[in-house]
Amino acid sequence: VLDLAAVPDTVVSPAVYGEKTGGPVLDFSYVGIDAILEQMRRKAMKQGFELNIMVVGQSGLGKSTLMNTLFKSKVSRKSVLATAQEKIPKTVEIKSISHDIEEKGVRMKLTVIDTPGFGDQINNENCWQPIMKFINDQYEAYLQEEININRKKRIPDSRVHCCIYFIPPTGHCLRPLDVEFMRRLSKVVNIVPVIAKADTLTLEERDFFKQKIREELRANGIDVYPQKEFDEDAEDRMINEKIREMIPFAVVGSDQEYQVNGRRLLGRKTKWGTIEVENIAHCEFAYLRDLLIRTHMQNIKDITSSIHYEMYRVRRLNENNTTVAHANGVPEHHLTAHEM
Amino acid sequence: CATVVSFKSNCKRNVRGVPLAGHVGFDSMPDQLVNKSVNRGFCFNILCVGETGLGKSTLMDTLFNTKFEGEPTQHNQPGVTLKSYTYELQESNVRLKLTVVNTVGFGDQINKEDSYKSIVEFIDAQFEAYLQEELKIKRTLHSYHDTRIHACLYFIAPTGHSLKSLDLVTMKKLDSKVNIIPIIAKSDAISKSELAKFKIKITSELVSNGVQIYQFPTDDESVAEINSTMNSHLPFAVVGSTEEVKIGNKMVKARQYPWGTVQVENENHCDFVKLREMLIRVNMEDLREQTHTRHYELYRRCKLEEMGFKDTDPDSKPFSLQETYEAKRNEFMGELQKKEEEMRQMFVQRVKEKEAELKEAEKELHEKFDRLKKLHQDEKKKLEEKKKSLDDEVNIFKQKKTAAELLLNQAQQAGGSTTLKRDKERKK
Repeated sequence: VLDLAAVPDTVVSPAVYGEKTGGPVLDFSYVGIDAILEQMRRKAMKQGFELNIMVVGQSGLGKSTLMNTLFKSKVSRKSVLATAQEKIPKTVEIKSISHDIEEKGVRMKLTVIDTPGFGDQINNENCWQPIMKFINDQYEAYLQEEININRKKRIPDSRVHCCIYFIPPTGHCLRPLDVEFMRRLSKVVNIVPVIAKADTLTLEERDFFKQKIREELRANGIDVYPQKEFDEDAEDRMINEKIREMIPFAVVGSDQEYQVNGRRLLGRKTKWGTIEVENIAHCEFAYLRDLLIRTHMQNIKDITSSIHYEMYRVRRLNENNTTVAHANGVPEHHLTAHEM
Repeated sequence: CATVVSFKSNCKRNVRGVPLAGHVGFDSMPDQLVNKSVNRGFCFNILCVGETGLGKSTLMDTLFNTKFEGEPTQHNQPGVTLKSYTYELQESNVRLKLTVVNTVGFGDQINKEDSYKSIVEFIDAQFEAYLQEELKIKRTLHSYHDTRIHACLYFIAPTGHSLKSLDLVTMKKLDSKVNIIPIIAKSDAISKSELAKFKIKITSELVSNGVQIYQFPTDDESVAEINSTMNSHLPFAVVGSTEEVKIGNKMVKARQYPWGTVQVENENHCDFVKLREMLIRVNMEDLREQTHTRHYELYRRCKLEEMGFKDTDPDSKPFSLQETYEAKRNEFMGELQKKEEEMRQMFVQRVKEKEAELKEAEKELHEKFDRLKKLHQDEKKKLEEKKKSLDDEVNIFKQKKTAAELLLNQAQQAGGSTTLKRDKERKK
């Protein structure tokens, strides 16, 4: 027999540091609940983290370089597979490569997923399909493992956490391909659009371009990361609004260091000057890096697992119910549509 | 700063380790993770199993430095019930939703064979609730209030001899379902030497009966040493008290006796500090993790296998699980309804039968009544006839009497009244 008496309104505060009559301030009242933070940190350090980033964009937009710049090492596929002569594939291919990286004791398994061939054909119709399929396949793999009776302690997470979409720096507006892709993919994955090779735009051109892009995204109902509808609370919204006012970030990538004013900095050297990648006066790479890695990495993963994945799961589980319903003669219009 | 790393596990995973040429910044990940958890809050659920009067509530109060609700229970409970209370505690920026579940009436019954059952049912019910949530189509796991029991403090009575059979039976039933931490309650009743022997006896009894108690984890180097030391001190001999006594110039939690004062937080006096250290400050997260990855998984596996699922059917699985679970539940409900229908039919039948019986009886009574009534009428008739005949006789007699008197008067008038008198006297 079970008798539940929940008292959620009682906030009992045990930790009253040093407010005891007389005597030195000792940890009488200290229970030690906050030690759980340290315990969690220990556990996280031991387990390590996983991050899967996909890069999408036409060839020549500097995708590989940007990845290398972000993670300050040769993480892109091109750097690893030293085939300088790479032909542009006839269809969109999905190629991923993983690395174990470590920083100050924190271990991370980084997987970079490349999509060569995207947007490079004459006819680019449905070039998003292989990408969509890949993303859904990762959700499927996770779901299958989650549903097993004997399942692994930690389900390996190959789900795409973030998809960086490279917009060519035309300076005018988004192309139909950009709109189509982002419209479809923003429903299943976190999209972070960036203006590639932004060193070809002046600051005014850049601002104009960004504004145009934001308008077009809004007009097409495309919600890119950080999505407005997933803001958790007012504080979240405040932080995210600032970011939303800045996207898409205009980035420049480089894995070459140059001497600038007595310091060695990552940059691109041209005849008219050296563009410092990490200088926010020159480009917005640092903002992108901070967003993706230093502040919102956990959030990106959370949104993937608790929103995108869950949506996939709901669709998938309902799918079966509809096939069962079919067998039972439920009329067609009752079924939900899953567009690809 | 360049970091050169070598990973032994690389060869297995076909993943390469790369050196970083500068500070990337993902070393902030543990902080990001911790911040998220802080925002969400934590929850921790403790189950206290032990006989009434062993100081379970007091120990909880002492551990968490507060006064939880509840009156001391009576000893006359007919069965074992579980009462759970949830509290929101806060320490610096950590919010903890603590649930304390107490076993009420444990060990009070004369027949204790079924005592462990309500406890096992309760623990299973929490697993079931989580499983249900996990199997839902639209689910909200991240905001789900986890009620699964993370730690079970088993209170052993301080007899000084050995475990009671109730203790062994109960712990054996619980060891695959929950992390058991056995503690010797009210241990100020035992002397130091007896305590050492008692602990050894308890440990050996647990081992010989195959009871798996929770071992503090020793795989993480930062806590391996302290955990393995503490493992050797199990079961912890504790004393609880929320009253404070002045010792020297400090106020300490203690129990005051005429012969001395037992200080709760003095490690020479009892193992309270060890318990608090292990339960809260060092291993709270591990207790939660073991509950989820070991005990819950076991429950889930058994439950699903029980319902007839297998892993060998990959194509139809995601659906089968949800669907068949529903189907089985519907089947069960259907059977329940059928049984209910049967019972209802039987009831209607019985009612009909009884009604017929009663009607029968009523009929009989009516017949009896009629019979009696008739009898009564016959009797009455007879009596009236008799009365009539009697009346007739009375009348005839009266007539005779008047006739006789008349003759007498005539005779008197004719003379010879004395002879008549004499005759009369003679006749008398």
